[in-house]
Amino acid sequence: MIAEAGLAALWLAAALAVLQLVLAVTGLRAGHEATLPSVRPIAMAQAVLTGLAFAALIYLFLAVDLSVALVAANDHSAKPWLYKFAGTWGNHEGSMLMWVTILAVAGGAVAIFERRLPERTLIATLGAQAAIGIGFYAFLLFASNPFARLDPAPVEGQGLNPLLQDPGLAFHPPTLYLGYVGLSVAFSFAVGALVTRDVGAAFARAMRPWVLGAWIFLTLGITAGSYWAYYELGWGGWWFWDPVENASLMPWLAATALLHSVTVLATRDGLRAWTVMLAVVAFSMSMVGTFLVRSGILTSVHSFAVDPRRGAFILALLAIYIGGALLLFGLRVGTVKEGSQFNAVSREGALVVNNLLLSAILGIVLVGTLYPLGVEAVTGEKLSVGPPYFDAAAGPLALILVAIMAAGPLMRWRRDELKPLAMRLALPILLTALALLAVILLAPGIRILPLLGLVVAAGVGAASLAPLWKRNLRRTPMFTYGMVIAHLGIAVSLAGMASESAFTKETLVASRIGETHQVGPYALRLDAVEPVAGPNWTAIEAKLTVTRGDRAPFVVRPEARMFWTPPTETSEAAITTVIDGQLYAVVGKSDGEGRWQLRLWWKPFVTLIWAGGVLIALGGLLSLVGRVRRERRTHERLAWA
Amino acid sequence: MKTRTIRLILWAPLVLFLVFVGLFASGLIRPSSSTIRSKLIGQPLPEFALPAGVPGKPALARSDFTAGKPRLLNVFASWCVPCIAEAPQLVQLRDAGVEIDAIAIRDRSEDIAGFLARNGDPYARIGSDKDSSVQLALGSSGVPETFVIDGKGIIRHQHIGDIRPEDVPALLSAVQSAQ
Repeated sequence: MIAEAGLAALWLAAALAVLQLVLAVTGLRAGHEATLPSVRPIAMAQAVLTGLAFAALIYLFLAVDLSVALVAANDHSAKPWLYKFAGTWGNHEGSMLMWVTILAVAGGAVAIFERRLPERTLIATLGAQAAIGIGFYAFLLFASNPFARLDPAPVEGQGLNPLLQDPGLAFHPPTLYLGYVGLSVAFSFAVGALVTRDVGAAFARAMRPWVLGAWIFLTLGITAGSYWAYYELGWGGWWFWDPVENASLMPWLAATALLHSVTVLATRDGLRAWTVMLAVVAFSMSMVGTFLVRSGILTSVHSFAVDPRRGAFILALLAIYIGGALLLFGLRVGTVKEGSQFNAVSREGALVVNNLLLSAILGIVLVGTLYPLGVEAVTGEKLSVGPPYFDAAAGPLALILVAIMAAGPLMRWRRDELKPLAMRLALPILLTALALLAVILLAPGIRILPLLGLVVAAGVGAASLAPLWKRNLRRTPMFTYGMVIAHLGIAVSLAGMASESAFTKETLVASRIGETHQVGPYALRLDAVEPVAGPNWTAIEAKLTVTRGDRAPFVVRPEARMFWTPPTETSEAAITTVIDGQLYAVVGKSDGEGRWQLRLWWKPFVTLIWAGGVLIALGGLLSLVGRVRRERRTHERLAWA
Repeated sequence: MKTRTIRLILWAPLVLFLVFVGLFASGLIRPSSSTIRSKLIGQPLPEFALPAGVPGKPALARSDFTAGKPRLLNVFASWCVPCIAEAPQLVQLRDAGVEIDAIAIRDRSEDIAGFLARNGDPYARIGSDKDSSVQLALGSSGVPETFVIDGKGIIRHQHIGDIRPEDVPALLSAVQSAQ
């Protein structure tokens, strides 16, 4: 019953999306304005229905209703409830339903909360949101029905990929999806504004909170995903340039650029066409990234079942939405009036450089991700593009970008002079020079990229605080604090990356029981290797006693687990976090002669990478709250006047 | 810049996107599993025990591969068209004295029986792998694939795709060198 009810809710929601689009399109034509007021409530109802369908699927997973094919394939009655719950979106159909749910809820939220946009642009926006929805409802209902029944029902479900039996799965995909799909609002805003030819400061102010919201979730999702890969995969790395990681990085780069260009549009009414373009590109990157991987065309640890029919469906959807939006852009943007002009040396100028560099990095990542596809299409050869390309191509640009980030917030809008700017930057520049000296003295022979990373991080960290210099801290608006904290987060994260890259110590040994090995400041003695058993796995667990100088010794226990259904091996690294870094220990196979593979890392200040990510998201949150509060206050003041 | 140049630039994103759609489409059309080599060559077979694929034929487990004689392990399915094409070559290998076991992927026993009746039955044992879990553990990414397993249960060779008549000598020599 519940499954049928969920399916019915999904069909109804799809029907409402069609109605929403039709009413919006007819309502926008002169003489048919009567239908306009009904568009908002329909968008809200559509959100409620989709939410009900998603709730139904969650219920089926929690209740382990094995007569539903999807539940039978991905659930298991012996699993803890959190993994049953998270299992709802740990598969193709369920994650698609979550995608559509967020899309509809985002549309509903726009219908409820958005009061700043002119009514016609808002209706066009909701129409665009409905148009996106229709395609993905069709994809769910015709090619990925999550509620399909299985007859006869099996007696037990087929579990879940052991790699995915992790609390991280409960939070990581929803966060990331909120970011991906949240960007659909910016896309619809852009399409709506192109339809009504109403691109300007008001449009930018209305769009900004939605972009910020999605961007915060995207930042958190990427940070969490990076940490998950770091501790769960047991390879000691925090970023692998895997297609799926790139798929999340590309929309983030585009959204970051958009966040900055939308500020130029909101404050100075410049960069009109470019901002609209970025809004289209950001969500397009979400769609391309998600579905490139989902179709199985690029192989990755994240791919679900491969089905060419689904791939073709997805390609058609991408072609219609992205192609349609770009076509509209080409046709309409020429008729959008040019915004105001500005000097090259100005806050706007710095933001343009920011945008160009972000776009260049985005291009590098996109080319690297698609290159294997292109080579295969031309020569039929299979290859993959790895870290050497991405690091060498994107690394230097990212460093330049971060360095310019130090100057941007200290520049004035419209026009500025270089001399006073240099004065404002004097202290950070001095700090940079000192950091350079310190690193060269303390770590001779350091490679050039980590060296520059550390030095730039020090300078930018100082410069990011400079906008607060000589200001009344109580009266500084919250969104300025947001910017400062987000920029500081970038510097913190960069420092972590550079430190990890420059100072990591690694020891790989085949160790007998009782032997001691040195890694960084730590000495680890292998005391024992013992078998242990869990609910659906067995493991070998190594017991290592760790000492560092005169400090009290402690014990770490890395595991190598073997799961039965399906037969999979995972590595449970033992990670010890201390104030100046992390000790990371992995146990591997026995060589059959009493020796065990041990892989030990000492990673100084590696935690700064993710701490920086959290700071960036926190900065975004402060900006969002600050902007919304100021809007409300202005609104109230206007109401009084 | 002249207005005309700017006008042209506005269309660049659409053109780039269309190139991407072309790439995507070509990736879809091309069968993608053809050259992904298993990482397990030279490694022991993973532990598994599968139920019998058809009634009247023994089931298949890892222990069946450690009897001291090399065997072929054929990964197939009744719904797989290239598997029909390679069936005569498997029969030919069986007639040449090679012992062949099979894993049937995502299949039903009545369909497997029908497939064997139509295309010949070269198999000593057939295990039924309903959810591809053993196939994935083998590092096999599609059907058909054929592995040469030596008498100690070590994977020696992997043949991806259907076995053509010209592939038979290579497989025979792989079996011989696994002795």
